[in-house]
Amino acid sequence: MIFNLEQINDESMPLVGGKAYALAILSRKGITIPQSICIGTDAYEEFVNNTGLKDRILMEFHRKDFSQMRWEEMWDASLRIQHMFQTTGLPARIREELTKSIEPVFGSKAVVIRSSAPGEDSQNTSFAGLHDSYVNIKGIGPILEHIKLVWASLWSDAALMYRRELGLQVETSRMAVLVQELVSGETSGILFSQSPVDNSQTIIEAVYGLNQALVDGSIEPDRWILSRKGGTEISCTPAARTQMMIPENQGVKLTSLPNSGTNSLSLQNSELKELFRHGMKLENIFKGPQDIEWTYRQNELYTLQSRPITTKKTDGDPRDWYMELRRSFENLQILRKDIQEELIPRMIQEADLMSKMDLTVLTDQDLLQEIEQRKKTYEKWQQIYWEKFIPFAHGVRLFGQFYNKAVGPEDPYEFVELLSNTPMQSTQRNKMLEGLAQDLRKKPKLLRNLKNHPERLNENFKKRLRDFLEIYGNEAWGLADTPKNIDNFLHLLSEMAAKKSILKKANTKSLAALERNYFKVFPADKQGYASDILELARASYQLRDDDNIYLGRIENAVFSAMQESLRTVQNRDPDKRKFQNYEDMLASLKELKKSPKEGFVFTKPDPSYFLKARQLVGQPASEGLATGKARVITEPKHVFEVKSGEILVCDSIDPNMTFVIPLVAGIVERRGGMLIHGAIIAREYGVPCVTGIPGATDLIETGLPITVDGYLGIVTLETKVNESF
Amino acid sequence: MHKPLNIKTQLKDLCSQQTLAVLCTHNQDCPYGSLVAFANTDDLSEIIFATLRTTRKYSNITADKNVAMLIDNRSNKASDFRKATAATAIGKIREVAKRKNGRHLRIYLQKHPHLSEFIESPSCALLSIVVEKYYIVNRFQEVVELHLRKKK
Repeated sequence: MIFNLEQINDESMPLVGGKAYALAILSRKGITIPQSICIGTDAYEEFVNNTGLKDRILMEFHRKDFSQMRWEEMWDASLRIQHMFQTTGLPARIREELTKSIEPVFGSKAVVIRSSAPGEDSQNTSFAGLHDSYVNIKGIGPILEHIKLVWASLWSDAALMYRRELGLQVETSRMAVLVQELVSGETSGILFSQSPVDNSQTIIEAVYGLNQALVDGSIEPDRWILSRKGGTEISCTPAARTQMMIPENQGVKLTSLPNSGTNSLSLQNSELKELFRHGMKLENIFKGPQDIEWTYRQNELYTLQSRPITTKKTDGDPRDWYMELRRSFENLQILRKDIQEELIPRMIQEADLMSKMDLTVLTDQDLLQEIEQRKKTYEKWQQIYWEKFIPFAHGVRLFGQFYNKAVGPEDPYEFVELLSNTPMQSTQRNKMLEGLAQDLRKKPKLLRNLKNHPERLNENFKKRLRDFLEIYGNEAWGLADTPKNIDNFLHLLSEMAAKKSILKKANTKSLAALERNYFKVFPADKQGYASDILELARASYQLRDDDNIYLGRIENAVFSAMQESLRTVQNRDPDKRKFQNYEDMLASLKELKKSPKEGFVFTKPDPSYFLKARQLVGQPASEGLATGKARVITEPKHVFEVKSGEILVCDSIDPNMTFVIPLVAGIVERRGGMLIHGAIIAREYGVPCVTGIPGATDLIETGLPITVDGYLGIVTLETKVNESF
Repeated sequence: MHKPLNIKTQLKDLCSQQTLAVLCTHNQDCPYGSLVAFANTDDLSEIIFATLRTTRKYSNITADKNVAMLIDNRSNKASDFRKATAATAIGKIREVAKRKNGRHLRIYLQKHPHLSEFIESPSCALLSIVVEKYYIVNRFQEVVELHLRKKK
């Protein structure tokens, strides 16, 4: 179960993984490495088998076909599985064995706990950065807890996706763990003995302090390119050196770099030469180019780890994208500033400019140009949405992982409660809409007029309608229908008035208690970070909703211009060329919006039989049970046909259509995930919701009685509407 | 959810891999379950089994032809919840002739040659469930109905 490096040989490699095996070889060759021991994969296996965790993990993991899981669903499965690790105690035997081996070696010394999964690092695969490492952990209790966290990272979303990409078996994956003395060097870095992009070069990157900051991307390193022939310097790219990472209590922190560091490069010439020679030496030992992590402490060079350079890594390496999913706190803070201070104001400004333009005065030619221009604007913002806004949504996930590790809640999604009272554009809009519906509920005459004689509505109510449309009328509520289509809008209002309000009042008392409980777990010096990451998550939570609303306005601007074009065509002699142009543009806009079809298409494959879905399994995204007639949304106009008490079945809910949620009894979505818009809004309104049903809109027909089980994530078709639970 | 083209194949595979299944019958509000050795026609429209005429199940099906049969590939491990498939066939039962080289007998003995003596006994009846539909459960909770169309 526990290996000293001297005990590791070729036979034990499957038990200790590549990282520990490489260190054992280096140690034998006299290379200076930190004092290390390895906890073999058999400890991991004993833990998951003896606690029943393995079956629970596989049950969770096989809820859905692995190949059909979207990234969000994988993240959710990963969060639940990692939560299982955190909440499952170590059996006494394993605890005793580990304590017996770790305590005498490290005592109260600070250690680094690293993954060393078999097959993790080879020439063709590299899990670098996909499994977790923990730096500066002290004392047997915290060490044991962090060993469990490293085990759990075998099930991180990025690691799971990478395994799927490589076709590796998830079920048999195992994890060994390296416990190393923390060598807190003055300068640290990485060394590619051969550049992955140019085999005539060596690359060295270095930062002051711990290299954790370089590896996770929070500090930019000084970078040197050397010729592999003799190590002559080809280029040196200094970084704007302002920060360094240092150990602090349990963990690490970023701190300002002293002037001596900001003014001078992190490596001297003599060190560069030594590192170059070191790279070549390790290449010789392992008979191939190496990717090495190192640190200098008091002029002594320590090798922290060495692995083969992944030759398969190219520009299209999917791992780059998986790594993108792991945005650091610092990276997200920069993104937040950019989005809040630059992008959103610009987006609003551009949408406003377009909505204020009088399209009726434009000539045909100018109108066509304007449509083209708006389309380009929309495409530009779509691009920004993917590049900036979507990655920023990871702020919520980063907080979720941080919260779960720090607080250890019973419910792995408790953290969402801390974010759910954040004011958003869509909730403001829905509140205003509910205000109008409330008025109609109180005044039956007003409701009668709304339904039968809208022209007789009183001035006050008309003004409120106008005010609402003034603010929200320019949102693209599903591409083809906006609330400006007044008949649809009035119909929706009368439906809302027929239903009792279910606007959820924020439970500020429990929110405050949750917040107190959250801050209570951090020592005084970590309070600042705890507060900053919560604030970041709230901004991320709010923006992931609001950005869709703003994008919807730009989308609507394209659509209005096209509608204007169509109107002029219809009013004058039909101009075939222009009409064709409009149709093309509408098609291309729809193409832009189209979400990828996934999974299941229910066709009749054989005349001798036919298939009917009876029970579909997805993710339980909002608790509760509801039975009702399905309302399947496959076209924008269907949103306005929703009747009170129906079950909304759709591909995905976006914030531009969440105003119908208070009307429905349940929600079924093709898109899967606990943190997607549909799931969040469903929980806010207390509406049962199941997400991640492949082919939901193909398998379920409007009018079909269905039951949504938001506790188990199950949708049953053709249930009796009056069935009670 | 399995793709539709695979479901019939999956069902055929399940039937060919399993030798025993649970037959569910009832009589006068009294339900009953029994393990039987079964075989099926290639188009899945019929499931064949044999029983003594003196058994409770024979008596039940004489009283009510509507039966269900559960065919599954569980291994009695926790992994069944993600790996096992269970199919419940619903249909009406009829007794078929035990003619030598007859279609039903041939299909049955091909799968269970060791039961030839049992079948030959006059006390034993050869029965066929004419299946209307199968409920197929995968991954613990995923349920699909396969309805067989009547042959014209």
